Amino acid sequence: MALLRRRKRPDDDLPQTPDTPEEDEDKTFKLLKRGKKKRREKYSCIDNCCWLVGCICTSWWFLLFLYNTLPPSFPQYVTEKITGPLPDPPGVKCLKEGLKPKHPVVFVPGIVTGGLELWEGHECAEDLFRKRLWGGTFGDIYKRPSCWLQHMSLDNETGLDPPGIRVRPVSGLVAADYFAPGYFVWAVLIANLARVGYEEKNMYMAAYDWRLSFQNTEVRDQALSRIKSNIELMVETNGGQKAVIIPHSMGVLYFLHFMKWVEAPAPMGGGGGSDWCAKHIKAVMNIGGPLLGAPKALSGLFSAEAKDVAFARGIAPGVLDSDLFQLQTLQHIMRMSRTWDSTMSMIPKGGETIWGGLDWSPEEGYLPFQRKPANLTTSRCSHNDSDTKRCDTRRINYGRLISFGRHVAELHSSDIDRVEFRGAVKGKNHANSSCRDVWTEYHNMGICGIQAIAEYKSYTAGDLLDLLEFVAPKMMERGTAHYSHGLADNLDDPKYAHYKYWANPLETKLPKAPDMEIFSMYGVGIPTERAYVYRLTPAAECYIPFQIDNTAGDTDEHVCLKDGVYTVDGDETVPALSAGFMCAKGWRGKTRFNPSGIKTYVREYDHNPPSNFLEGRGTQSGAHVDIMGNFQLIEDVIRVAAGASGEQVGGDRVYTDIFKWSKRINLKL
Amino acid sequence: MAVIRRRKQPEDEVQQHPDPNPDEDDDKEEKASKKSGKKNKSKNYSCLDNCCWFVGCVCSVWWLLLFLYNAMPASFPQFVTEAITGPMPDPPGVKCLKEGLKVKHPVVFVPGIVTGGLELWEGHQCMDGLFRKRLWGGTFGEVYKRPSCWVQHMSLDNKTGMDPPGIRVRPVSGLVAADYFAPGYFVWAVLIANLARVGYEEKNMYMAAYDWRLAFQNTEVRDQSLSRIKSNIELMVSTNGGNKAVVIPHSMGVIYFLHFMKWVEAPAPMGGGGGPDWCAKHIKAVINIGGPFLGVPKAVAGLFSAEAKDIASARALAPGVLDSDLFQIQTLQHIMRMSRTWDSTMSMIPKGGDTIWGGLDWSPEEGYCPSKRKPGKNDTEISTQNESTSQECEATRANYGRIVSFGRDVADAPSSEIERIEFRGAVKGHNVANNTCRDVWTEYHDMGFGGIKAVAEYKVYTAGEIVDMLEFVAPKMMERGSAHFSYGVAENLDDPKYGHYKYWSNPLETKLPNAPDMEIYSMYGVGIPTERAYIYKLTPAAECYIPFQIDTSAKDQNKDCCLKDGVYTVDGDETVPALSAGYMCAKGWRGKTRFNPSGIKTYVREYDHNPPSNFLEGRGTLSGAHVDIMGNFQLIEDVIRVAAGATGEEVGGDQVYTGIFDWSEKIKLKL
Repeated sequence: MALLRRRKRPDDDLPQTPDTPEEDEDKTFKLLKRGKKKRREKYSCIDNCCWLVGCICTSWWFLLFLYNTLPPSFPQYVTEKITGPLPDPPGVKCLKEGLKPKHPVVFVPGIVTGGLELWEGHECAEDLFRKRLWGGTFGDIYKRPSCWLQHMSLDNETGLDPPGIRVRPVSGLVAADYFAPGYFVWAVLIANLARVGYEEKNMYMAAYDWRLSFQNTEVRDQALSRIKSNIELMVETNGGQKAVIIPHSMGVLYFLHFMKWVEAPAPMGGGGGSDWCAKHIKAVMNIGGPLLGAPKALSGLFSAEAKDVAFARGIAPGVLDSDLFQLQTLQHIMRMSRTWDSTMSMIPKGGETIWGGLDWSPEEGYLPFQRKPANLTTSRCSHNDSDTKRCDTRRINYGRLISFGRHVAELHSSDIDRVEFRGAVKGKNHANSSCRDVWTEYHNMGICGIQAIAEYKSYTAGDLLDLLEFVAPKMMERGTAHYSHGLADNLDDPKYAHYKYWANPLETKLPKAPDMEIFSMYGVGIPTERAYVYRLTPAAECYIPFQIDNTAGDTDEHVCLKDGVYTVDGDETVPALSAGFMCAKGWRGKTRFNPSGIKTYVREYDHNPPSNFLEGRGTQSGAHVDIMGNFQLIEDVIRVAAGASGEQVGGDRVYTDIFKWSKRINLKL
Repeated sequence: MAVIRRRKQPEDEVQQHPDPNPDEDDDKEEKASKKSGKKNKSKNYSCLDNCCWFVGCVCSVWWLLLFLYNAMPASFPQFVTEAITGPMPDPPGVKCLKEGLKVKHPVVFVPGIVTGGLELWEGHQCMDGLFRKRLWGGTFGEVYKRPSCWVQHMSLDNKTGMDPPGIRVRPVSGLVAADYFAPGYFVWAVLIANLARVGYEEKNMYMAAYDWRLAFQNTEVRDQSLSRIKSNIELMVSTNGGNKAVVIPHSMGVIYFLHFMKWVEAPAPMGGGGGPDWCAKHIKAVINIGGPFLGVPKAVAGLFSAEAKDIASARALAPGVLDSDLFQIQTLQHIMRMSRTWDSTMSMIPKGGDTIWGGLDWSPEEGYCPSKRKPGKNDTEISTQNESTSQECEATRANYGRIVSFGRDVADAPSSEIERIEFRGAVKGHNVANNTCRDVWTEYHDMGFGGIKAVAEYKVYTAGEIVDMLEFVAPKMMERGSAHFSYGVAENLDDPKYGHYKYWSNPLETKLPNAPDMEIYSMYGVGIPTERAYIYKLTPAAECYIPFQIDTSAKDQNKDCCLKDGVYTVDGDETVPALSAGYMCAKGWRGKTRFNPSGIKTYVREYDHNPPSNFLEGRGTLSGAHVDIMGNFQLIEDVIRVAAGATGEEVGGDQVYTGIFDWSEKIKLKL
């Protein structure tokens, strides 16, 4: 309406102008003129406003027109002019070498990268049938955030659909090729495979609902059966060539679960028989897999503070950054993400044996070294020497995943006064009724419970589960029914046949498939969250009572502690230890976790940030998601898909001290 | 540029308004002169200024409206519609949900020709940047941007009927393959939405997408599409507690699925090796929607002169290109060249010859005219309707059997008076086309004047002769076609030659699978005039053109015309005549026949066409048109009931508006 009113004024002006000649006297004329001038000024003000809009619009259209008439190769041409000729994309390179599709390829997307769409919803989401709620443009988060939260949440008792809501994974390659417009996940890899000759009949996206616990994807959607059937179909229609599986991120754990499921007998498993994997899988190429969990999952569950696009927070910056609602929003997100059982699959596994205790950790004495871009030629040992020297001065207690206060994080273990929190009496509900609608379990904990947690002071990987169980008993009840985070003493114990152990590499044996190969491919060279310094939130009433203490930072340039987070080398999300340990040691050779001696390879990709903005997300990135566009990695994948073995691709390729760290871990093999 | 220039004029006028007023004042001429200098400057400025002002206004209003539109509650359009037309009936999904119907049988959709999306996987340089973008379906933006490149990529190799070298165009998979053909133009979307209301989702709905350009068997050779369908049906049946699948083919998907049912039970090298009881084990019902079981005359016109009058064919898609007078015929030739490389079009040439489609002097439908039924007269009794229409039509007896006639007089003359000169074996003249036409490949150029004359002088073609005629006109195409399809009637179905895949999509040359519990439905719309026979003429300038053309000047004076624009019409769904869609279920397969040895139950369900009463209803909820019937509430309800477990009897058995049973009686086919 405002616009309409404004526009009326100039219209009024026009009819009045003919009136002027009727006046004879000069004074009145002058007066009128003044009035006119004033009006004119007003007119031109609005006029100018519109003028500006018009200018912008026309130039925008003009540019758009130019852009559309431009030959599509023009941006590439400009880039090449500036940065010099681009290297051939790996698909073209491999095509020139004469590589052809041989093995069918299966992609297993990770958490949050898969699209979800609405199949049934409440009234507020009426017109969104089969529209994407997750992935794509995310337009609806901004339009109706509470409705969106309601539909994205699962039932917090069962971990399945809430009544009246059905949100289902998108299927097909479109499920995870782009996460948002322009933000590729699998698209680059798919495009390069297509260059060699792949198409939809020999590429399959094993899309699943990443919010559910792994076994529940089978219970609700039969997602595992679907994957089994599709792999069988592809192997059969491709002349019996076994499939190459490429899981990414949480997909790695999901596929681990699948391999156990498919060979397990029918009611709980897929009944494929004990040689299904040997018959159908040539290689599993894990990309950035949090095989032993990721500390980031912990902070996400504990205080919804993961610092990363890969988590829900990053996608709603507009809502989050408004100061007024900040913590409330976090609580909403926490409530939502806590209903997602899958997040619990990434809680660090293996306890202190793997992640280190109060006074030791496998990575100590090593700093996430910021390598300069393009020094791939640096030999490994010299590189490490400089690193370790610089780091010997300060030993960081990575083993203390959560410490309350900076000083606690640095004290020697004997100096810490820890008050046992297990069994502490939880105070009665201190939340007033205004918070009632925001369901987080902190309200049931009360001030006493919160105090008890803070007074235990420092938590190692072994204490974590107890901590989470204390903080969020309902969530962990669901979680422990579906996942286990321990370390098996005796793998032949019949209890390990239960599906909750299948996603934990430390509590399962690999399938009996001696010809299979397992690759662990991950980026390194980026500081990755490993341990946190926490503090209590002062006003603990309607808020999440814990918060990362972002005042705790090192002044040192090569910081290991920044904003309350201790970092190690990794791909920004998964520490190298978690991604590499199983292939570097746990499964290497014939071990009790790998009874048939499946060959394993560790391939690290050093992070080189894009040199200028024209390169977009870079072709040599090592970041958790961006690595999917790393040319080197794509080339390796294509070679394996075209029939190469791990040795032919180049065997191990290591930049970090993963083998040294692995040696420090005393695990019975 | 034109727009910008035009807009300048009104602004000049506005500018001139203030000018006269100060001139009348006599005291300040100097000021006036000064002012005019100023004005000149400001004039230039204001001109551009106003131009931009105008654009700005338009933009802001547009944004305001856009904002209002977005801020509007989503149910607003529905509210308006209801306020005008009265409360809408519940959509069938909601209705069935209220009745307590639940998901039982998994559902498989088999899309027809042209409705499935195709995307680019590998192409020439002109298609850079379109990797995995849709070439067919969706917005069709590329047709307009680079038409010749698009035609090149959509064509198949004209020798093999497969991919040309360096080009890979593949079907889109998943439900998105054919839910919408173009933005806002639904195909399967309404049915999917209604099934979802009852509880269906992607785990129990499957879109059997395939490349509809290929011959049916080639979809298996190149993409393993048939294996994919088999595997997915098996998966769905096993994950849905062993409940058999309900298959819903539409249009050409009907004969594709017929082919599938034979393929899946045939032994391994040529077939799918599923064993002789695969269909009995996995399929509860086949609900054919608008299936051209016996072919469609429209396909003949399409192949003969690229003149099908229908969105279902390539022509309608490119109206902008086609309507430009200069290139019109050339464009048609390009489209013809493209569509002739699509083997699948030949699957719809009328089958069964004169036995089914009628000879020179008789046809099953004669004496019946596609009457224009008044909307909302659903309860009219069938018999009365038939009588009234037949009375009207007794006067004009159209010889539907003559599918192609050259000239109006020939079409009406009794057969004894027609002088026909045998065209088979006529010598084809040498190439008439000069070099300029060389790049447009249609086979007419190889035929020469002699051949064209010979075709025209045979004067009348019945269904039996159509195949010979097409073989004469386009030998290369028909060579590929006859390797994949057959159009005859089988004398002895046990002849071992019928084990070949080229017979599998012809219901008159195959037996139905041995599955006595299965049910076959034939659902189709009626009440729309549908092309049945054509009057052709020779194009005068036959050099670079297609030499034959439908004679659009041939018309009936009668209001309830059967002949219009050179096309004889009968009752049907605008694309498929009711006879073709209904005959097999009405008679050919009814009971235990030699085509249906296990006695699969068949049902004919016709849906009378009621055009939408106003534009707010969009494509209507009572439509009977070939594609729009997918949004017909009655049909959707029937489908949901069957999917939820009902049998054909429970749904209501036969539902007939036309004389399909009468016509079937006239067809003398050994059963």
